Amino acid sequence: MSGKIRAFPWKGLLGVWTTLVIVLALALPMVPQPRFWYEFPIVPGLEDKARIIFFHVPTAWLSVLAFVSSMVYGIRYLRTKDLRWDLRSASAAGLGLLFCVLATVTGAIWAKFSWGTFWNWDPRQTSIFVLLLIYGAYFALRSAVEVEEKRASLAAVYAVIAGVVMPFFMFVIPRVLESLHPEPLVNLEGSVGGLPAPKLQMNGTMLAVFLASLAAFTGVYYWMWTLRVRAAALELRRATEGENRD
Amino acid sequence: MSAPVHTGRPSWIRSALAVFLKDWNSELRTRYAVSALLMFVLTTIAIVLFALGTEGAPPHALAGMLWVVIFFSGMSGLARIFVTEEERGTAMTLQLTAPPSAVYTGKLLFNLVLVYAVNTVAVLLFFFFIQGFEVRTVSIFLVTLFLGSTGLAVMATLIAAIIAKANTKGTLFPVLSFPLLLPLLLAVIKATQLAAEGAFFAEAGGEFQILISYIGAVLTVSYLVFDYVWKD
Repeated sequence: MSGKIRAFPWKGLLGVWTTLVIVLALALPMVPQPRFWYEFPIVPGLEDKARIIFFHVPTAWLSVLAFVSSMVYGIRYLRTKDLRWDLRSASAAGLGLLFCVLATVTGAIWAKFSWGTFWNWDPRQTSIFVLLLIYGAYFALRSAVEVEEKRASLAAVYAVIAGVVMPFFMFVIPRVLESLHPEPLVNLEGSVGGLPAPKLQMNGTMLAVFLASLAAFTGVYYWMWTLRVRAAALELRRATEGENRD
Repeated sequence: MSAPVHTGRPSWIRSALAVFLKDWNSELRTRYAVSALLMFVLTTIAIVLFALGTEGAPPHALAGMLWVVIFFSGMSGLARIFVTEEERGTAMTLQLTAPPSAVYTGKLLFNLVLVYAVNTVAVLLFFFFIQGFEVRTVSIFLVTLFLGSTGLAVMATLIAAIIAKANTKGTLFPVLSFPLLLPLLLAVIKATQLAAEGAFFAEAGGEFQILISYIGAVLTVSYLVFDYVWKD
């Protein structure tokens, strides 16, 4: 397996790719009327603060992706009762928590400069707060069960319930709160509750860098996830071998 | 479901009812859950009263307070239904005598009855003690109270089954329940505010749709996953 990895240097490529994304995202100029391929359009009301989209949105995307994959691996555990699926599920959830914290913190810092306050219970902030709570509850539950099999099934069941409940927030929160969050992909009208949310019209270059960043982050996530799964599998094997020897 | 009579095993509905009656009778003997919940309701209302002082609060804030009282009283008593089975060591016997879905149904019925009873008292006490809370559209309020209580009981019963198998049961219950109950709480608080403002019944239609689909979804997933939680 290690020979295969060395044959194709995808970690090196990922490093180069990510470095390029970071350099391009930070260095390319923002101008009102982009004429050359290397220019980003200015977003009215955001200017250089719009660059956060290259880093903040991928972390938020990963915190959701990790949650979904944790749930899917949880379901596979429930069907097979094979602890290796639980390792994958728990590793995904751990990274999801990390990226969820990153998305919350970067978002709050951005909000300080755009809205004047770190936290104002914008619907997006409320949603990510709930996701943080769910991750927290998931690990609180895991730490409260000692038997591995029971811990795995309870955690998987909790992830499944949370996965069923999460979509309701999309319907409930807009009824209760109004948003100022920029809507880059979904809402191109860019107006919520009478107040115009900044419209993020990306040109081709910006979209390309954004998608490249999304791919880079997902690649880094996948790499970290495989590392965690391998380490956890080794620990599990050592534990079971220890049991057999006793 | 329609098991023949001569096999000697009770039908599914009979087992579910038997589980419910067992909990009902043991509750009548000790009255532990009801008294604990009602004391908790009183305590929380007293805290709200002292927090508000003599100044009172606008009706839409009080509508939220009512659900704070209901949420915390639910968190104090609804986990008991499964926790006692583990503490008394009777969970294994119950596993042998009744199918998992029947156990869940019986427990859910008991929690539903408990929540309806306690919430009725909680609302009456809330009206009695808290000045300035009035409901202008009674129909919205009653439907909200019914749907909110049902949703609370359905979700709490499932989470109770999970935490009964864990070590730190008491603290874990609200930690696990809150994020999953939040969409329900946001919807019922919004609907109660509409009731307090005197909105037309149809204006709360969106909230009712959310509540009904929430209950349906959680109920469905409960029956799907309960086996994995219940069986050791």
